[in-house]
Amino acid sequence: MLLESGEKLGPVTLAYETFGELNADKTNSILVCHALTGDSHVAEPDGWWSDLIGFGKGIDTDKYQVICSNVVGGCRGTTGPSSINPKTGKPYGTDFPLVTIGDMVNAQRYLIDHLGIKKLLSVVGGSMGGMQVLQWMVSYPERIRSAVPIATTLKHTPQQIAFNEVGRQAVMADPDWQKGNYYGKTIPAKGLAIARMIGHITYMSDVSMAEKFGRKFRVDKTQFKFQPEFEVEGYLRNRGDSFVRRFDANSYLYVTKAIDYFNILNGHELSNVFKRLKAKVLVIAFKSDWLYPTYQSQEIVKACKLGGVEASYCEVNSTYGHDAFLLETEQETALISNFLKGVSNGEV
Amino acid sequence: MANKVDYKVFANWIVNGASVLDLGCGDGELISFLTKTKGIRAQGIELNEQAIVRCVSAGLSVIQQDIDTGLSEYGDNSFDYVIINQTIQQVKKPDFGLQEAMRVGRKVIVGIPNFAHYKARASIFFRGRVPVTQSLPFQWYDTPNLHFLSLLDFKDYCKNKSITIERAFYKSGNRQVKLLPNLLAEFGYFLLSKT
Repeated sequence: MLLESGEKLGPVTLAYETFGELNADKTNSILVCHALTGDSHVAEPDGWWSDLIGFGKGIDTDKYQVICSNVVGGCRGTTGPSSINPKTGKPYGTDFPLVTIGDMVNAQRYLIDHLGIKKLLSVVGGSMGGMQVLQWMVSYPERIRSAVPIATTLKHTPQQIAFNEVGRQAVMADPDWQKGNYYGKTIPAKGLAIARMIGHITYMSDVSMAEKFGRKFRVDKTQFKFQPEFEVEGYLRNRGDSFVRRFDANSYLYVTKAIDYFNILNGHELSNVFKRLKAKVLVIAFKSDWLYPTYQSQEIVKACKLGGVEASYCEVNSTYGHDAFLLETEQETALISNFLKGVSNGEV
Repeated sequence: MANKVDYKVFANWIVNGASVLDLGCGDGELISFLTKTKGIRAQGIELNEQAIVRCVSAGLSVIQQDIDTGLSEYGDNSFDYVIINQTIQQVKKPDFGLQEAMRVGRKVIVGIPNFAHYKARASIFFRGRVPVTQSLPFQWYDTPNLHFLSLLDFKDYCKNKSITIERAFYKSGNRQVKLLPNLLAEFGYFLLSKT
């Protein structure tokens, strides 16, 4: 496929999963877009959004077909830096071309074409998944009947880029990173784990951390050996260590860069960015999310208002911070299930 | 809800298929009714999270926002009608809100409670107490109403601001009031247009 950068990438493997059945007239498909470190396994008991998506859930797989694919540049089956470069017979590493949110969405569009779906009932996603939703709204407005961007932004801000950059620097400062040529050798586990620890801090809130950890110690006696003594230290280390077992460090670099480059307004005025869009939109934000603050969702709503797009907006009261989009599934269920009902009852 | 006499009045005033912005739409009962009866394209603005969920449940488009600030993002004449029903007395800056509504809507429909209704007057005059009546059911310490106005006050306002009152309707309970509305009506409804 031709990338937004002008480079060509191929052949591209796209790994995806579907849940629920496609109906006869192919009008009940919902594309779910995953966030930075997610994957296509969105539903079923062990899926990352299984509280929201599944049989009888907010996005009911008894009624709808849910499609979720792994993003280009990732490491969960779709072509990314850990895939074999057909030119060299070795993993791409940092020879992998720069990819964007637009490229991820273009790859998804190939998948939708391949599945023979003319128009998606909806496209849904939070955080980076929400950026893909916004990209669908701009790139392929005629292919969607509705869109649900959650806890996301029209463009990545300096603060958001800064956190990503610290994560990338942690990876690249690890001597095992080897300029990305670590495949078959020791992986840059320490650097990637630190990147993940930083990420987790930004996904929580002051209140949620106080509730979850307090100042609790995980050991009886403090020994002052810079071992993890506080609960929160142990939690972050565990999260970091388990992350490196499932995620590729180079993918972390590429996908965070794709997020940082994201600016749906690129060359557009706010008032005409959604001008071609006829779909109904439901924007959801969370009050305690300081990584993607509510004002950024309000900007999305503003663009909808200016573009004459039928939009709903709800600011959910939650203390979970950015993670709320994965945890506040009760309110999301109430909003999304009814929103989808309205969309599917409407005209095609 | 279809029995509400004021809803029927709104339905009479609004043309079929119009675009309507409802400020402080609550559960969306009114725009639901108008969508069904008049085929309007409706957009609601509401502050309460649970009310938003109920609007979305009813298939309505509603934005969670403060109407003291929420209108600036709409262009002039973005809607055929802007409805402000039982809300204007609750916003911080009613003058600003009404001017904004007049800018954003070709026409504006305002519904207000009448604080000069005879029961309210009697409460102050005979009982020496701020009225708590069926149409004004709140205690002073727990009322969403920030501003107190009568039907005449509103008419004076429109005159001062060169706003044309095209139609007016007054009710008490669920019945129309034709005689001495500022004394006998609990609520007034006005269809406004720019002069």
